[in-house]
Amino acid sequence: MNKSYYQSQDLKKFKNISDWSPDLGKKFFDYYNSVFEEGNLSAREKSLIALAVAHTVQCPYCIDAYTQDGLERGIEKGEMMEALHVAAAIRGGASLVHGVQMMEVYEKRTM
Amino acid sequence: MGVKSLKKREHQLSNTAQQLEILNSGIFAAGGELPKFEDKLKETQTGPIRPKKLEILQLNLGYMCNQVCAHCHVDAGPDRKEMMSRVTLKKCLQILQQTSVNTLDLTGGAPEMHPDFRWFVTEASKIGVKDFIVRSNLTILRANKKYYDLPEFFKVHNIHVVSSLPFYKKEKTDRQRGEGVFSQSIEALKALNKVGYGLSGSGLQLDLVYNPAGAFLAGNQQALEQDFKKALKKDFDIEFNQLFTITNLPISRFLEYLIASENYEDYMQRLVEAFNPAAVANVMCTNTLSVRWDGFLYDCDFNQMLDLKVASPVQHLNDFDLKQLQSRAVCISQHCYGCTAGAGSSCQGAVV
Repeated sequence: MNKSYYQSQDLKKFKNISDWSPDLGKKFFDYYNSVFEEGNLSAREKSLIALAVAHTVQCPYCIDAYTQDGLERGIEKGEMMEALHVAAAIRGGASLVHGVQMMEVYEKRTM
Repeated sequence: MGVKSLKKREHQLSNTAQQLEILNSGIFAAGGELPKFEDKLKETQTGPIRPKKLEILQLNLGYMCNQVCAHCHVDAGPDRKEMMSRVTLKKCLQILQQTSVNTLDLTGGAPEMHPDFRWFVTEASKIGVKDFIVRSNLTILRANKKYYDLPEFFKVHNIHVVSSLPFYKKEKTDRQRGEGVFSQSIEALKALNKVGYGLSGSGLQLDLVYNPAGAFLAGNQQALEQDFKKALKKDFDIEFNQLFTITNLPISRFLEYLIASENYEDYMQRLVEAFNPAAVANVMCTNTLSVRWDGFLYDCDFNQMLDLKVASPVQHLNDFDLKQLQSRAVCISQHCYGCTAGAGSSCQGAVV
């Protein structure tokens, strides 16, 4: 057993999840591939969204994959970092907006 | 990364046998992690690769260059002195006359630095080929006053200019090609635009070459072309015709970079995973012959840099026999995965 829970080479084995459930695996990967096709959003924009979400869900495989995907698409590091700040702002904002609840409880319980 | 060629540094990778040893061992050793290119061709029933009709004669005029790019598969630089002799150049002209080659492609190094460059272009253009390409690194056009009139010279001879520009921003370009290269390249592109190159309706073709600045593959050629066109127009009012995406092959200084940055195995794995059987049918070695400065013949410029001469009794211009050459099989090694990955790669960009 490897000492680390995450192994970078496991990313290449992602497709193996279909081995134990071929139908669902196929449906997932068909859906996945369709999602990233050019649509109302460009494939380039979707790659940046994926990179931001990858950091939000803190998936090391996804961070590796979508950093490389961005490089191949000619996405610059400044664009990548701005996308991360969007994720960070939403994530930070999600904490802070609960401050309203905190404030309401506080106000209700105090004279 | 050094600022001199591997050869000048007496680096072990300046020895082509050493490069081939690396490409044939390790992850590609018998029973290793990755299949050799030859085995991949067998598995996909796409080999051996044989020449089709010879269309492109690519002459490497010499390895001298004003730049020392980190990714250069030629190991070119100011310290390289190899140059094609006038005798060999005349022999090339004879072959142009004798064959139905429709594209003449001059490369280097910086071909413009060859002392007989203008003479040869003038003579070759008299023979008349459909497409006469000069591969320019752009900065040479601004390197010295004696080169300033080259855009006009190209125009007179209706040269198809194919220029390297790794990216439309300064940082990535300068990291790959050296400090100041981007701004000089922009000046050179403006000079080419000024005489009509790249402008619609001028008939003067100016194409750019994009190759990734690191251990990753090029994305979709059309999408990148759109990005380049938009950015160069907006930031510098520069126009060009087509963008060619070219994969960096694990040879020479790019191989040095891959090993030094510990990217070699991952990069080769990426190339193998991206193997596209459809690309094999259109790889450039099927319609190109590459000539080294000393007259030896190769299936492509990459094989030239690995000194993998054509697998034919005819290996030199002096013995040129097209019929015999056309019956050969193309020499392959693991670097060939670079030309068959994804949409494929060639001196004319993607092939699928």
